[in-house]
Amino acid sequence: MSVLSFVEVSEGKIKKASVEAAYYGSKVAEGLGTDSVALVLGEASNDELASLGAVGVKKVLHVADAKLNNFDAKAYAKAVSEAAAAASANVVVLSFNQNGKLLAPRVAVRLNAGYVPGAVALPEFNGGTAVVKKNVFSGKASANYQLATENKVIAVNPNSLSPVRGTGTATVEALSLSVEVTTTVKAVNKVTGTIPLTEAELVVSGGRGLKGPENWWMVENLATELGAATACSRAVADVDWRPHHEHVGQTGLTIRPNLYIAVGVSGAIQHLAGVNGSKVIVVINTDPEAPFFKAADYGIVGDAFEVMPKLIEEVKKLKAH
Amino acid sequence: MKILVPIAKVPDTTSKIAFVDNNTKFSQEGVTYIMNPTDEWYALVRAVELKEKNGGEVVVIHVGGADSEQIIRKALAIGADKAVRVDADPTDAFFVASQIAAHAKTEGYDLIIAGKETIDYNSYEVGGMVAELLDLQSVALVQKLDIEGGVATIVREIEGGTETVEVKLPLVVCAQKELAEARIPNMKGIMAARTKPLTVVPATDAPKLTTIANYVLPEKAKEVKLIDKDNVAELVRLLHEEAKVI
Repeated sequence: MSVLSFVEVSEGKIKKASVEAAYYGSKVAEGLGTDSVALVLGEASNDELASLGAVGVKKVLHVADAKLNNFDAKAYAKAVSEAAAAASANVVVLSFNQNGKLLAPRVAVRLNAGYVPGAVALPEFNGGTAVVKKNVFSGKASANYQLATENKVIAVNPNSLSPVRGTGTATVEALSLSVEVTTTVKAVNKVTGTIPLTEAELVVSGGRGLKGPENWWMVENLATELGAATACSRAVADVDWRPHHEHVGQTGLTIRPNLYIAVGVSGAIQHLAGVNGSKVIVVINTDPEAPFFKAADYGIVGDAFEVMPKLIEEVKKLKAH
Repeated sequence: MKILVPIAKVPDTTSKIAFVDNNTKFSQEGVTYIMNPTDEWYALVRAVELKEKNGGEVVVIHVGGADSEQIIRKALAIGADKAVRVDADPTDAFFVASQIAAHAKTEGYDLIIAGKETIDYNSYEVGGMVAELLDLQSVALVQKLDIEGGVATIVREIEGGTETVEVKLPLVVCAQKELAEARIPNMKGIMAARTKPLTVVPATDAPKLTTIANYVLPEKAKEVKLIDKDNVAELVRLLHEEAKVI
């Protein structure tokens, strides 16, 4: 018996969301009194894989096949379910990230498993039944999903847990599987030099209240000082002040950073749907009636053009200490 | 080319979210239902565009009761050629996916375009499950989709950017924003929709693998701590010492 977590490697490094999935898998294994095993597909260094021991993984199964360096939903689903059988795992944990959102339901079908898409907390076990909490209705409520099936698949919403790192080292074991890859990657277009929004712990976001793209230096400078990613509201992306990949909200990206600072964003319900999982929300807006203040932890009623330069200075001072 | 588009019925985004029966059921009181936005705006419209360009047929499939007829007619008005309604309560994603897969198996589609998620359960699951049940390749979070000589060229979202991939048909894709521009049905479409075929079929047997024990509403609205605009240093202190996020 074991708990298997699926871990993705990108450019030689384990993805942050996957470290969280492995940690989640280790906590579940600990609760069930079994071993935490991780699966990695594609090429990666042994040192990088062994580092998963820090989040409680005992053993890493590594399919070091270059064919699997790129995501292929069908091949990956077959590989994960075969690895689950090889590890005698009846709980499989994945991240609810871009690839996980498609891979996890496929794995669930292959394993005849009940599936929780986007768990926000660890499961509670009662005999063979697990109850796992997830957000529903775009974060306006949560639901306790009940899995009574023998096999269970859980996809963890990114930034739901803060992995605690110990000193362990995982053993790495080669696993050989036969898979057929039929997805051909033609091009990758990544925004370089910035932190991917969905992986960011700190996010600074701007809305129409900033009056024009020429004023975005405020958002960018604060983000640089904090080591944060930048985001924007739909209104701003729609008028091309900012690129669409920065748009957070119901029809854009959903993010759950530790800190979300919204400047000049009114906080329409569609915007909140994309950010209300953030741990701490700070709102800066001239309008004290802006709906965003009702969802915020901290707020400043004031003009961004006055407040932001001061805020950038204060953060600089803090970082200088 | 034959394209299948599964459509779901969801509460309008402005609906009041409340629960009844000891928080075990969603309260339908005063709720207006709509076609799931990603299904309508992106999946269905792109399917209709591909049909207009390459010829073929677009079929919509819905799992639900007779009260779903309005959204099915809307899909036909937007440009689908015919519709299938599986007469069953869509309570579990695996159950719903099994119904769609059972239909697709008998019809043999070149392409299935689903929306990436429904706005009620935000689960991103039906597309992937249908693909696995049919043993087909799948691509999700799709922002661009073109078909040429039986090969799909797709742009999908990845962390911090996009990836362009090529995959042979038959295929399942899960659509998101940017794939198409929403269409408003015109009068000609609405008139035509009235006479387009809508077939009602019974459900096939499939287990429900997941149940919802209960729902929980957020405890209460957060109390915002307001800081004076002339005391920005205090905000930084609170974020550092109290919230411990910077």
